[in-house]
Amino acid sequence: MLNQTISRRDFLKTGGSLVVTFSLSGLVPGAGAQSSPTGKTVAVDAVDGFVAIGADGSVSIYSGKVDLGTGVRTALTQIAADELDVPLAKVKVIEGDTALTPDQGPTYGSLSIQIGGMQIRQACATARAALVAEAAKRLNSAPGDVATQDGMCVARGQRIAYNELIGNKEFQLKVDPKASLKDPAKYKVVGKSVPRLDIPAKVTGEFQYMQDFRLPGMLHGRVIRPAGVHSELISYDDAAAKRVPGFVQTVRKGNYLAVVATSEWAAIRASRAVKAKWSKWEGLPDSKNLWEYVRKTKINKDEELQKVGNSADALKSGAKKMSATFDFAIHTHGSIGPSCAVAEWKDGKVTCWSASQATHLLRKQMAQMLKMKEQDVRCLYIDGSGCYGRNGHEDAAADAVLIAKEVGKPVRVQWMRADEHGWDPKGPPTLIDYRGALDAKGNIAAWESEVFIPDRPSQISVTLVAADLAGLPKESAHPGNIHQALAIPYTIPNIKATAHWLAETPLKPSWIRTPGRMQNTFGNEVFMDELASAANADPVEFRLRHLNDKRGIECLERAARLADWTPRKSRPEYSGDIAYGRGVSYIKYELVRTYVAVVANVEVNKKTGKIRVTKFHVAHDCGQIINPDGLKNQIEGNVVQTTSRTLIEELKFNRSAVTSLDWKSYPILTFPDVPEVAMDLIDRPNEKPWGAGEPTAAVVPSAISNAVFDALGIRLRSVPFTPDKVLAALKTA
Amino acid sequence: MATQIPLNVNGRTQTVTVDDPQMPLLYALRNDVGLHGPRYGCGLGQCGACTVHIDGKAVRSCQFPLAKAAGRKILTLEGLGSSAQPHPLQKAFIAEQAVQCGYCINGMIMQAKALLDTNRHPSDDQIKQALAHNLCRCGTHVRIVRAVKRAAAEMA
Repeated sequence: MLNQTISRRDFLKTGGSLVVTFSLSGLVPGAGAQSSPTGKTVAVDAVDGFVAIGADGSVSIYSGKVDLGTGVRTALTQIAADELDVPLAKVKVIEGDTALTPDQGPTYGSLSIQIGGMQIRQACATARAALVAEAAKRLNSAPGDVATQDGMCVARGQRIAYNELIGNKEFQLKVDPKASLKDPAKYKVVGKSVPRLDIPAKVTGEFQYMQDFRLPGMLHGRVIRPAGVHSELISYDDAAAKRVPGFVQTVRKGNYLAVVATSEWAAIRASRAVKAKWSKWEGLPDSKNLWEYVRKTKINKDEELQKVGNSADALKSGAKKMSATFDFAIHTHGSIGPSCAVAEWKDGKVTCWSASQATHLLRKQMAQMLKMKEQDVRCLYIDGSGCYGRNGHEDAAADAVLIAKEVGKPVRVQWMRADEHGWDPKGPPTLIDYRGALDAKGNIAAWESEVFIPDRPSQISVTLVAADLAGLPKESAHPGNIHQALAIPYTIPNIKATAHWLAETPLKPSWIRTPGRMQNTFGNEVFMDELASAANADPVEFRLRHLNDKRGIECLERAARLADWTPRKSRPEYSGDIAYGRGVSYIKYELVRTYVAVVANVEVNKKTGKIRVTKFHVAHDCGQIINPDGLKNQIEGNVVQTTSRTLIEELKFNRSAVTSLDWKSYPILTFPDVPEVAMDLIDRPNEKPWGAGEPTAAVVPSAISNAVFDALGIRLRSVPFTPDKVLAALKTA
Repeated sequence: MATQIPLNVNGRTQTVTVDDPQMPLLYALRNDVGLHGPRYGCGLGQCGACTVHIDGKAVRSCQFPLAKAAGRKILTLEGLGSSAQPHPLQKAFIAEQAVQCGYCINGMIMQAKALLDTNRHPSDDQIKQALAHNLCRCGTHVRIVRAVKRAAAEMA
């Protein structure tokens, strides 16, 4: 990939200037004002932003969305190949390069197919229409008589290849939002389980990850972390570090301290040899009283997220009233490979390779930090270890850029395990209160929820750690739409859902897979179960009773069928140590897209308090499925990762800093405890494709909690569901 | 002071020159030999991403001093096979599409090979136990178990 990257750059340096201005007739010309240093447009409204057809008929697809290990590269290849009518093998996807790819927004929110893929599909459809129009002219046919297949236009027995029409030239067309899309019935590769393009190289060591990327003459940097999150660097002694063979220099900027060496091991040894004196800082809350702290945190503002009827009156007059409070611990991303980046400065411009999910946003943040123009910063994506939101990739990139500037040579910064656990931004602690009432018939009359989540002002946004420590200017990002999914997908006469936006949160928050939606759905779907139980209703039937959405109803019914769900008159008692339970949960993601319904099976050991999730049944409707096996892989990942988060994960910290700095202090689920996953994929080829990277994760914690209730009659309202919490609940049951 | 250490990696002997013979083998394999199979995950022997075989045994190369590896037979993911000629385990991982990000997969395959070297017909539980100390964050476990079973069937 090193060679590919460099040859791509060289090609574009020359290729960009060789491109002949050439406009295909029939559509609006003149797109492409937003050009990059390579000469290639990166405009999101230009066909040339997304698609290029080479002289040899190869197709380059430029995607701002990147493959974080989800298989989206393969899916985008399928979408483009089908829409352009070219063989799959001819298509190559280039991802996340600020000089080459349009800014399609960060790769988050389960939007890579839904938004990113559809922009590419529309660009390809526009390109195909233009090729057809041009071919019609050359073949003396009407456009309606020109068909496309295998990279060629065909009319009246004559064929003309795309590259003969446009090879190595620009389309110079705006993406036509009305360009007609291929009839899904005619798809050749969309909807098929095309094997992932990256897997053969990944299982043989041939793949080049970010962590493998090297530049000639590159040095290695390591950062020395403060003792406390906001400790100040009083002094440091690098005499011992200087004695490490290969030591190059120490870099200090404010509270930012790093060492540089000629080899990776020398950088590690030197970083360990530096004696740094940090000021005492104990600004974090006492983790034992975390929820009290969250509840007492100053509220910046309240926001009404859903309002139906008059919940206050309905609560007062309800026949049966309920209330409950839920909390969800701080989680870390826990990428298996710590973040890594390489940066190189040349002529006052900087190029940075990283595994950032958001190279365009990163470029903006870097330009701000360095007081540079954005066009003088180029950020390129190279696959890293899986990331499930904003982890340490961007921060490692900032490290590499800062250190490389100081030493005047290319620098690679590989975060150590403790850097990643200790300093990547976290999923914030979340607290939710519920009140509800049933009417005389046992239907829900009133529903109120209030979530306590960090606000989005600059001081708690996802700033670059290096900029924080070095005291450099910062461009803020914010921690995702963590209020989403507090609003519920049920038809209830009186609803009020409120967000209390808090002025602070203990550690820098960011988005981790299913941010907010996971926490909010945990509360929603367990409280739903509590109301069902109070109404003496079957939890599936109770949900169906409150659903007025055809696709949602089908999804929930299919999950119940997959799990062989039959209503119970009463909860069975288990005389042995192990109790068995099943729990249901449902979501319509953000109320507007992907439907997921699940049933979890659990075994709970009454003596030890340990929960084993044995099986998940998932019914999933994300509209048009691009790659069924890729979708299954994502759903399995959602289930397994979220089972881990739900059962065991909790980031520990003291008053100064994070203390979960490795896998012993922050364990994750391992093979013996991994559930089986059964799936029913609901394919709707004629509907829009929606996201699948997150929605299943949203329903996992609640399904497990509801299954534990089914097993033992105890409600777990605090993630993670540790054995201690189970035993404590059993004691008071 | 620079020390020369002969390494036998995937059947080829080459000498690496290092300042610190106590440097973990992982860094020599990645930076001096230029391999990508063994990966840095934790440097603590906790995750398994760096697993290689030394004299036929699965070893965490992030914890194994280079000096101790001198002259011994080291096998890495690259030594098993290539995408053109994959080992049955690599073939099975492709067939089962048992990869998400793939960062942990080196360890999964090398640890599974150690299992299959001593147990040709492992049960699901034996596979899960053998891989219990290899971490995967993407949640690819279900497929990894299937891939190891498939490889076992093919190799038997």
